Amino acid sequence: MTAVLEVADVRGGYGGADILNGTDLKLDEGEIVVIIGPNGAGKSTLMKAVFGLATIRSGSVSFFGRTITGMRADQVAKLGMSYVPQERNVFASLTVNENLEMGAYLRDDDFGPQIERIYELFPPLNERRRQQAGTLSGGERQMLAMGRALMLDPKLLLLDEPTAALSPRYAAETFERIREINALGITILMVEQNARQALEHADRGVVLVMGENRFEAPGPDLLANREVAEMYLGG
Amino acid sequence: MTDLLQLLVFGIVFGSILTLGAIGVSLIFGILRFAHFAHGDMMTVGAYFALFFVAQIGWPIYMALPAAMAGAAILAILIDQSVYRRLRRTAPVILLISSFGMALLLRAAAQLIWGTDNQVYQPGINVPYVVFDIRIKPDHLVIVGASVILVFAFHLFLKMTRMGKAMRAMSDNVDLARVSGIDSERVVIWTWVIGGSLAAAAGVLLALDTRLNPQLGWNVLLPIFAATIVGGIGRVYGAIAGGMFIGIATELSTAVLLPAYKPAVAFTLMVLVLILRPQGLVRGMN
Repeated sequence: MTAVLEVADVRGGYGGADILNGTDLKLDEGEIVVIIGPNGAGKSTLMKAVFGLATIRSGSVSFFGRTITGMRADQVAKLGMSYVPQERNVFASLTVNENLEMGAYLRDDDFGPQIERIYELFPPLNERRRQQAGTLSGGERQMLAMGRALMLDPKLLLLDEPTAALSPRYAAETFERIREINALGITILMVEQNARQALEHADRGVVLVMGENRFEAPGPDLLANREVAEMYLGG
Repeated sequence: MTDLLQLLVFGIVFGSILTLGAIGVSLIFGILRFAHFAHGDMMTVGAYFALFFVAQIGWPIYMALPAAMAGAAILAILIDQSVYRRLRRTAPVILLISSFGMALLLRAAAQLIWGTDNQVYQPGINVPYVVFDIRIKPDHLVIVGASVILVFAFHLFLKMTRMGKAMRAMSDNVDLARVSGIDSERVVIWTWVIGGSLAAAAGVLLALDTRLNPQLGWNVLLPIFAATIVGGIGRVYGAIAGGMFIGIATELSTAVLLPAYKPAVAFTLMVLVLILRPQGLVRGMN
């Protein structure tokens, strides 16, 4: 079976010194994979590199077997990959509904039903359709950001710290939503600071340190691994 | 009192013109992140395009105006694709300086092609209507009416069309717009279509109110920038409020100051806003 996403020996960053120093990653269809690791390990950079927002100096990225190394973000989106950045992930001055419409910018068909599905998945957004996204709470913003990313019916969803700004209650709810999205057949790659909780919901975890993979194992195994627990999960 | 009302009328007329220019400057800043110094001279060239249609082809002004707007939109795209596009990956200050050069180039070209004399679209006297001792020229009604229609059309474009929404999205958050699959180069082209055509409209209406010469747009660039900044640069709805505010304030100031101080009044208001409320007078309206 072809991997959904395959990152092979990627080196690169934002033009200066490399942040990624030979990172590898492979995602199979239907998986939830979590990248954990200390600050500055290159977790967000890896996602940006995959999505054409950071520079790849060497190595390759392929999506369903097709090479997408260095492709422009809007073209990557066209292939069926969506990305939710950690910060500034909604159009604050646009309404909730307009944010979803922008998520469907590449669709030429009638995306009305898809918008309704997003409102079903995230009911709090339904009451706020005409409200400016900038006035939403942190949790609602995260829902909207994910909703926007789902408008294109992606095959792969990249989530950069989806629970970073959320209270524990919202964080737990967000992980539930992520599983629901995954149950729709969407492969998920996420970066999480909230590592323990994320690993409980993940099929696999990858520990990234200094832009290199250090460990890779199913979620429960990583949680049980003493070295990983001590160094990266706060003991 | 009558004097002040009369000045208010002039202020609304001038404000309608400034608004059309300020929307373009604000939109271009919002999307491309640089202050477009050639905007005034784009107004001038647009006004001369209309003169061509009026004088050479014999069209009435209401037909010459849209034609001039279309001409200026094409010119703006050509300038962008031939000059600005190549500089987009550099620092915004380089775009700013290059637009200053473009301003000089456009003005010099206008002088070479159309001469330095004052010209008018239609010779003759514009007999004013007198309402309660306030004199309103028919041209004033044309100017305000055309401006209201254009601003309203622009508003509908921003709120109702896919490209209008994409423009607001990109001005809000460029990276997220790219991630969403919005083709930024297409948005940029549309930005110039809107900016260039509204600049031409502002130029034609200003020439209708005053006289057409190669300095036409350059002379109002300062009040236009003031309007843009007062409205909060990058916020196109703020530009409408800023345009009316600067237009009315500068005209009303002539009740106590010599008219020659009008640009100084605009400049002072701009500096005051930058010191006291740098985000612009209008908040939360992108």
